[in-house]
Amino acid sequence: MATLFARIFRYGWQNFSRGKWLSAATLIVIVLALIVFESLIVFSVITKTSVALLKEKIDISVYFKPTAPEEEILKIKKAIENLPETESVEYVSRDKALATFKEAHKDDPAISQALSELAENPLSALVNIKAKDPSQYAAIAKGLDNADWRPLTQKITYRQNQAIIERLGKAIDIGNRLGLIITILLTLTAIIITFNTVSLAIYSNRDEIGIMRLVGAPASLISGPYMVEGVIYGVIGAAISLAVFWPAIYWGAPYLKYFITDLDLRAYFVAHIFSLVGYQLLFGIALGVISSNFAIQKYLKI
Amino acid sequence: MISFVNVSKWYENGTKSVALEDVNLKIESQEFVTLVGKSGAGKSTLVKLMIGEDRPTKGKIMIAGKEVNRLSSSELPELRRKIGVVFQDFRLLPKKDVYENVAFAMEVAGRPDIEIESVVPQVLDMVGLAERAHHFPDQLSGGEKQRVAIARAMINRPMVIVADEPTGNLDPGNTWEIIKLLMKINELGTTVILATHSKDIVNALGKRVISMDQGKVIRDEKNGKYVLS
Ligand SMILES: Nc1ncnc2c1ncn2[C@@H]1O[C@H](COP(=O)(O)OP(=O)(O)OP(=O)(O)O)[C@@H](O)[C@H]1O
Ligand SMILES: [Mg+2]
Repeated sequence: MATLFARIFRYGWQNFSRGKWLSAATLIVIVLALIVFESLIVFSVITKTSVALLKEKIDISVYFKPTAPEEEILKIKKAIENLPETESVEYVSRDKALATFKEAHKDDPAISQALSELAENPLSALVNIKAKDPSQYAAIAKGLDNADWRPLTQKITYRQNQAIIERLGKAIDIGNRLGLIITILLTLTAIIITFNTVSLAIYSNRDEIGIMRLVGAPASLISGPYMVEGVIYGVIGAAISLAVFWPAIYWGAPYLKYFITDLDLRAYFVAHIFSLVGYQLLFGIALGVISSNFAIQKYLKI
Repeated sequence: MISFVNVSKWYENGTKSVALEDVNLKIESQEFVTLVGKSGAGKSTLVKLMIGEDRPTKGKIMIAGKEVNRLSSSELPELRRKIGVVFQDFRLLPKKDVYENVAFAMEVAGRPDIEIESVVPQVLDMVGLAERAHHFPDQLSGGEKQRVAIARAMINRPMVIVADEPTGNLDPGNTWEIIKLLMKINELGTTVILATHSKDIVNALGKRVISMDQGKVIRDEKNGKYVLS
């Protein structure tokens, strides 16, 4: 058994190392497939981060009249929190709003002066509401617009930003779906091209396979080496594609930061290096082995 | 040891072409048999059916008590290891060198490495290729390639060696080298079946001659001569 495995491994390695241009061509296709795979990972990281950032920026603020009593506002806050669409609600009291305002303008003597001359706090209390999903702001806004609360509220920002929020919600939705479709299409294309290349490589070995069968080689000793070759393609392919991809990320990441400030691809890659390498190997080996196995089957029949 | 019982083989793709018709043959252990006939007479078809590369349309082929076309896909490789085959076009594995090509037949048979390492050089020596052990097939002459093929065919001590026009691509000098090797193998106790076009070889051998024409055995003589028609 051990001898059989040793022989299968040796034949697989010989096939690969002596295959020259055919091995090189197959390897290049696998590397390209893996680079597509890596690009898709980066693509999804970029879209996820930008979507998260956009979501972060969308909210609804309800400003209350200065006369509205605090306990009423807190009741309303509680009611909003209980809406199924609500992710979080933040209450900013009049005093806190003033403190924040003062802090923000402490270098502006004119404003500080004006504020100190006012007897009454001119700012309103407000609540900031975030929805679980951008598409749900409309529902929340509707919930806010009820007769009991209307006397207390001064303005609700949703009405002003309604168009933008709705458009963003749609854009995010479309972006997600488009991303999924592109991922599926590109992955399928990469898989089909690899399958075809490996099939061709094995097809060009059909005479050798015939000779092996004439000499009386059992099926395991004929197909086994091709599986081993598939593993070799996967491992070397993963190594090469990472060697190409890593520098591209390293140099490209700072430029990307201009567009999406909160996105640090470098850090992302460093943090996820083990799972990325793991996925690469897994995908590469699966691609190599499954397509070899698929292609060899028809040559093993009598 | 080998017998063909009422074997017919025809190919059907649009028109029916008959390759073998009602062939009955018995070949005993340690015999040296030459198989002659015009091009298209059915010699190669006979060889193909014997090694299970194709199935007969009718009849059965028995080798060492087993019916070839009834073997399962795991038994067939076993049978092939007991039959050494040599072809006109050599059929060596291009990515393996001489040593590896010959060792491959033993590895396939599951022989241990120590045995392989001692037997392969002996057999390469016997066919005169000790010096060429680490050459690849495309670095060898036709005669050398055919000697590698013979070394590979004999290395597992098969009960029979089947050679289908092994000298078809060789010059006279190399031809006689190959024929001498086959005779030597036969003297050592292995059955040899040799399909050939060459009148000179058949007449010089003076062994059993089976003549075929249009898929039929038309003559079967001990100490035969090359006669056509
Ligand atoms: N795969 C096939 N399909 C159709 N006809 C075939 C096939 N193989 C062989 N034949 C036919 O069977 C007949 C016998 O062929 P075979 O190869 O056995 O002849 P042969 O005696 O070996 O000839 P040669 O001396 O030229 O090698 C021929 O008429 C050939 O055309
Ligand atoms: Mg022939």
